[in-house]
Amino acid sequence: MDSSALLPLIGIPIVVAGFALRFNPLLVVTVAGLVTGLSVGMDFGMLLETFGEKFINSRSLATFLLILPVIGLLEHYGLKERAQDWIASIASATSARILMLYFLLREGTAALGLTYLGGQAQTVRPLLAPMAEGAAVSAYGEDLPQTIRDKIKAHSAACDNIAVFFGEDIFIAFGAVLLMDAFLKENGITNIEPLHLGLWAIPTALSALIIHMFRLTRLDASIRRDVATWKNSSNLNGKQVTA
Amino acid sequence: MTTLITINRIYYLVGFIVMLLVGMTLKDKGNPKRFTTALFWFLFGAIFLFGDLMVDQFGKSLAYRIIGVAVILIALLAGTGQLAPGSYADSSDEERKGFSKRFGNWLFFPAVLIPVITVACTILLKGVSIGGVFLLDQKQLTLASLCVACICALLAGWKLTGGSPLQAVRQSRRLVDSIGWAAILPLMLAMLGGVFVAAKTGNSVQQVVSLFVNPDNRFLVVVIYCVGMALFTMVMGNAFAAFPVMTAGIALPFLITGHHADPAPLVAIGMYSGYCGTLMTPMAANYNIVPAALLELKDKYQVIKVQIPTALTLLTVNVFLMYFLAFR
Repeated sequence: MDSSALLPLIGIPIVVAGFALRFNPLLVVTVAGLVTGLSVGMDFGMLLETFGEKFINSRSLATFLLILPVIGLLEHYGLKERAQDWIASIASATSARILMLYFLLREGTAALGLTYLGGQAQTVRPLLAPMAEGAAVSAYGEDLPQTIRDKIKAHSAACDNIAVFFGEDIFIAFGAVLLMDAFLKENGITNIEPLHLGLWAIPTALSALIIHMFRLTRLDASIRRDVATWKNSSNLNGKQVTA
Repeated sequence: MTTLITINRIYYLVGFIVMLLVGMTLKDKGNPKRFTTALFWFLFGAIFLFGDLMVDQFGKSLAYRIIGVAVILIALLAGTGQLAPGSYADSSDEERKGFSKRFGNWLFFPAVLIPVITVACTILLKGVSIGGVFLLDQKQLTLASLCVACICALLAGWKLTGGSPLQAVRQSRRLVDSIGWAAILPLMLAMLGGVFVAAKTGNSVQQVVSLFVNPDNRFLVVVIYCVGMALFTMVMGNAFAAFPVMTAGIALPFLITGHHADPAPLVAIGMYSGYCGTLMTPMAANYNIVPAALLELKDKYQVIKVQIPTALTLLTVNVFLMYFLAFR
């Protein structure tokens, strides 16, 4: 095979190297696009046109900005504090139990097509993360260190992502299912219905549920260990200071 | 048939909000790079406000080229570090605790309205028209519903707290600034995906794979397809962009034609393998980097780090699921 067949792939090493060298991703992606286009012989004007067309056609990806004013306003008036106080009043709530409940609800509703029922901006930042963090604060005290708080918050974000990713494909009207369906039909495979694609998504969806729930069942114990380590080290430091 | 809330009107609203933020940034003397930060968001907002107008006025070709230039400027501004956070008029911890006591659990009400109204509108207003006018964009029903929900929540928040929508936009500036360029990365990746399709990257992948892999080894080809989907998704930040390239490059020629795999489980599990990649890449900014900014995590890769164990285990499971389910 001659090496010109590899030219269309040149964008991939550019993205990888750009990331490894910590250039700004917007710049890396733009350069990768420019180099790929030019190296396969697209002229610059056409390339700009492709850039503009794809960008303007993906504007829907930025509509989450509409959610931020409400969240900003409510947080200004103490939404986060309210979420933490409310969780603290429920004695049986632990960080992991809150996350597990959320995971089940989120994957279940996503499978029914209700993917907009949650999300990083609309539920994780204002509600889930403060509640999961609040449960740990009420168990271990207000001076819980930032590293442990960050770990709980990162788990909240991960919970939302994993639950919705592996739930949504079961729903037959979801974009991914329609994309796969269109791709198969385009390539001459016509005996597949969207319903089949949705059904074959179930084994992976269940595996994701089992794997992540198993990890979450161990989260409370892991937080407890982190707190113990932190208390030990702060005790040691205290002794060194007095000694 | 006309529509009341079209997706284009929603883009105008996004553009309008971004322009309000631009004005606030320009006045923010606490931001050392307020002019370039404002320019960055101005270019972004202008594409939302004037994009459709330009397409109408100048025709597609010229309008797309102008937007292409704006996109490159946006990338240059971000790439040369011209964005900075500003100073924000936030309430103190004490004030927030006071508000939280005063409003009680009612504070949850506007927040919960967002998902509830979105879902209710999606279900109840599908195909609903009054006097020949569709209420919501029927092609982008969830986004139109989300927009309605945000406006309702904003009004409910106004009624409850007394904070006006303008104040709400002002409060959101910290969030928008902390997300920064990550808000735009998904759109840029869609752009890169477009160039890859135009450059026929799928053909190249097929040639590379046939060079290194014996296509008779069914299990190995399954592994290559699953891992390839995950890796290419990590580069593209999006399984949708990786799917046509990898499926046309590997699954169709080697597995469906070559080994007579059942296409339905094959492509469904292939797509899910791509999702495992989405969990592991900073390129999927809206899922991995934006949340880290929203949650003010010190390590912006921490969400990815938490997701990696689940993603890798699931990718392994997917390989075996595909091997056993697609070849029964």
